[in-house]
Amino acid sequence: MPSNYDEDLTRRPEGAAEASTAQGPTSPAVGRDEWVARHGERVARRSGWLGTLETRLHAVPWWAWLTLLVATACLIPVFSDSGYVRRVAFDTVVFMLLALGLNIVVGWGGLLDLGFVAFFGIGAYAYAMLASDQFGIHLPSLVAIPLVALIGFVAGWLVGLPSRRLTGDYLAIVTLFFFQLFLTFTNNGDDVFGHSFTNGPNGILNVDELSFFGRSLSTTTSQGQFAISYLYAAVVLFGLVYVALHLLNESRTGRAWRSLREDSLAAELMGMPVNWLKLLAFAFGASVAALTGTLSAALNGSVFPQDFAFPLLITIYTMVILGGAGSQLGVVLGAILISVLLEVLRDPGDARSLFYVLVLLGLVGVFRLSRRLAVVLGGTIVLGFVARSVAGSIDDRWTAGVPNGGGRLASWAADWVIVPTQLAGWIAPATYIGLIGLVLALTLLHGWLRIALLVPTLYLAAFVWENVMLAKPEPTRYVVLGAILVAVMVVRPNGLLGEKRVEII
Amino acid sequence: MAEPLLELKGVSMSFGGLACVSKLDLFVGEGEIVSVIGPNGAGKTTLFNLVTGVYEPTEGDIRFAGESITGLEPHAITRKGIARTFQTLRLFLNMTVRENVMAAAYGHTHAGPLRSMLRTPGQRREEREIRALAEKRLAFFGERLMGYRWDQPAYSLSYANRRRLEIARATATNPRLLLLDEPAAGMNPRETQEITELIGQLRKEGGYTILVIEHDMHVVEGISDRVVALDHGVKIAEGSFGKVATDPRVVEAYLGTGGMARK
Amino acid sequence: MAARPKRVEPPPDPPPALRLSTRLAARLDTFIQLTLNGLTLGSVYALIALGYSLVYGILKLLNFAHGDVVTVGAFIGFGMLQLLGGSTDPAVPVWLLLVLITATAMAGCAALGVAIERFAYRPLRDAPRIAPLISALGVSFFLAYSLQLLFGSEQRDYDAFSMDNGALFFNGFSIGAVHVPLLRIVIICAAFALMVVLWFLVNKTRTGKAMKATSFDREAAAMMGIDVDRVIVFAFVLGSALAGAAGVLSALRVPTYPSAGFITGLKGFTAAVIGGIGSVPGAMAGGLILGLAEAYTQGYVSTKWSDLAVFVILILFMLFRPQGLFGRPDITKV
Repeated sequence: MPSNYDEDLTRRPEGAAEASTAQGPTSPAVGRDEWVARHGERVARRSGWLGTLETRLHAVPWWAWLTLLVATACLIPVFSDSGYVRRVAFDTVVFMLLALGLNIVVGWGGLLDLGFVAFFGIGAYAYAMLASDQFGIHLPSLVAIPLVALIGFVAGWLVGLPSRRLTGDYLAIVTLFFFQLFLTFTNNGDDVFGHSFTNGPNGILNVDELSFFGRSLSTTTSQGQFAISYLYAAVVLFGLVYVALHLLNESRTGRAWRSLREDSLAAELMGMPVNWLKLLAFAFGASVAALTGTLSAALNGSVFPQDFAFPLLITIYTMVILGGAGSQLGVVLGAILISVLLEVLRDPGDARSLFYVLVLLGLVGVFRLSRRLAVVLGGTIVLGFVARSVAGSIDDRWTAGVPNGGGRLASWAADWVIVPTQLAGWIAPATYIGLIGLVLALTLLHGWLRIALLVPTLYLAAFVWENVMLAKPEPTRYVVLGAILVAVMVVRPNGLLGEKRVEII
Repeated sequence: MAEPLLELKGVSMSFGGLACVSKLDLFVGEGEIVSVIGPNGAGKTTLFNLVTGVYEPTEGDIRFAGESITGLEPHAITRKGIARTFQTLRLFLNMTVRENVMAAAYGHTHAGPLRSMLRTPGQRREEREIRALAEKRLAFFGERLMGYRWDQPAYSLSYANRRRLEIARATATNPRLLLLDEPAAGMNPRETQEITELIGQLRKEGGYTILVIEHDMHVVEGISDRVVALDHGVKIAEGSFGKVATDPRVVEAYLGTGGMARK
Repeated sequence: MAARPKRVEPPPDPPPALRLSTRLAARLDTFIQLTLNGLTLGSVYALIALGYSLVYGILKLLNFAHGDVVTVGAFIGFGMLQLLGGSTDPAVPVWLLLVLITATAMAGCAALGVAIERFAYRPLRDAPRIAPLISALGVSFFLAYSLQLLFGSEQRDYDAFSMDNGALFFNGFSIGAVHVPLLRIVIICAAFALMVVLWFLVNKTRTGKAMKATSFDREAAAMMGIDVDRVIVFAFVLGSALAGAAGVLSALRVPTYPSAGFITGLKGFTAAVIGGIGSVPGAMAGGLILGLAEAYTQGYVSTKWSDLAVFVILILFMLFRPQGLFGRPDITKV
């Protein structure tokens, strides 16, 4: 008789095939049992072309993706002469490396390390001390880089030691403390018993360029532009680190990390030394960060304490969370997306275009090509024109302002959004807070009420974006990052490519 | 008499003011199957936690295979040869069935991070061995945890299969002593019968010494060489099943005074 | 992190007639002055620490964003101040001005706290511990840079010195050669008054007792008929309102700036840990102790190291006495 305690997590009850095996080890009815048991997988797949696409993409091996990434990065200088683009590519690879490092600690170890950027800084400073005039040491890169990686490893190990006694949130505080120590030391390290270790706020200058086999790589071309050799060096390093970490994760150590993330007590009792494994995760993450620090120091030719600040930490966290903590490919994708986003947000003209493109894509994504989409879009556009003409007729100065930055959309935007010549002091906070309130309210509503509220919200968003946020790119980028971080955690904690996890219930 | 495999001498453990275990003397001989019974709160799981090193006793000594294991870290105790299952299942739910079992082989394998990153021949051979070990341990349960099931995530298993997986995982640590915490909990009569046979098979084919916490008296009767009864952290009876089950103190502990003996 | 402001500490000159001519008297004066500083600082820290303790007690969550809520409170106060005419020529008497500012800040922050709980923490209540922490980080960052976006990154304070032609500074009483300005008295008394109200709300009302029950065992409380969601919201409302008050009281003396939330939150959290996180009297005691410690370090050692000293105290407590001075060690059953 089939037992209903023995029901696997499928939607339909088990067939007789399972019951026949219940009597003892006999061979199962070929095919049928497995087909029934795999029902859950089939249901989880998306239907239609999206599902097929997803399955195909999952089937692509990891090294194929890596090769694609590396090839794309290497081909960028071919497609673009601009030193700026190449420099952005380099910065993105640096971010990718940092994301890989943080992924080890947060994604594989499940530990909240808020001092991660300090290891990046330690690597940069260590390289600066080993390859500059600061102490007169000029180690060649092939010696300096592994040495710095080792220093990072040891530093990570030491900082991780308190993690044995502390739980998640307290560990976060301890790592934050370490970050604070690092900042204090770099800022005040210009007078330690009469010697200057870190030159304080003035930083260490004239850091050596990378040098391999006696030849040093100049950081700039003959025309003073960014030297692509550094991009290639970064890409090579990235490739090596990615492969090494992948191999590490697909081994006994990676298994142990996964186990400790699942249930650390059970892992400990199955013979895995949980504390030592956590230390290992910390140390490896720190080592990768330190390694990346050498690249950064060598390219910039200098290190300053303010290069390693709290916003950088949040940036890397957003990359890892958005991409999917635990998935190397995911965090790399997250790094690329956020890095590009931050670059685009630098210029108000580009930021404006990005805003409208993303809003449109978002609407299409949510509503597909349906009547509701037409209603929302049409309603918003109409509302915009109406509001603007009403505002303009009340007072000319309310619509005579010049939109921030230039760009293609600037003039179109000025015709649709209310852009005053001057913003009264209270307007910015009022509209900003109003917008946040509306957006949050939207998450609570459903049906036609939601659509009705969406229209003025979209227009208000355009207004706030034009007048408040584009005016100040610097805090705007961080506001956007913070919002992304919260939104991803709440809506899709496993990020874009992270695996959907079942928590212990 | 040969020295017992596991021995507790005068072990006590208290939380704040509450004494969970008081001056407990217990021993398990090699190859024995011993059951621990007692009402809830008697200290049975605490006993397991003490033996596996999750708690440290406030007094007394615990010895395994002749040496003291008091105060050792849990993973070190596991490596000495003691493995356990949990009253409330603690599987690695998001990992595959096979991976769950492979993970437990950590304690007796040696490939470090460096060798793993370089994929040395020794590391690759060890991985193959771990995989083979896991498959062998899973095969013990017959067709239930075989074939395609190996690649399924653990959360997709039925309750009974999860319990079996937990036992398989524990055996992958190559233990000498297995601690099973309520292996038949939540199972229907047919499954309970299976578990009873299984425990016997574990000893016969695997050579494990087994200490079992169990509430279901059918299982206890079916498997035990010896039964130990606890109540409020104190041993109140010890002996064969028949002797313990009819011991008036045991009856009183389960049913209170004025109750009838359970058969 | 943004550059931190130097502490603005107007050193009061002791009235010459009362100055004793011995060095001991001068030392005593310094000590009294520093103690006064410590009490002023400490009462504000206590308010902040209470917010941490209330939330941690129920949710076992470190609300990283709490410090930024304090800063938001200070800025809401600014807004209200401007609305009421500014500190030099307000439309209402000074005492009413202060009450209105504080009340608005408390209300605004309470609303903010409710929103944060509802949208950033509640969806993650059953997620692994790391998830709400990361969300809290995001909220903290979002708040700090939103303030910077809206108000710029300069420091500002309420310019209490201008209020009523400096009445808050010149009035007051003296202990020996040390002048105790009215402002400090106001701050300390306001903080204590709020703490008394809080104590009453937590210990004498039904919701307060429900809060205590929920902090012991959330599931059991729910089974006893306690609406856990409402209780959690209550905790956030109380904690955030106190944070708003703390922001105002702090900005009356010391300039604040948008990213001040980080260091403020840290100090409040340290105070909570010292006193025993989850314990209401502990938070009060911890706040005072921390305030005094910081004041003495500033006075006797140097201001450069006082922030780091706070951090060190926190770490020492966390490593060696995590239950604080008044908390109980956490016993978890396996």
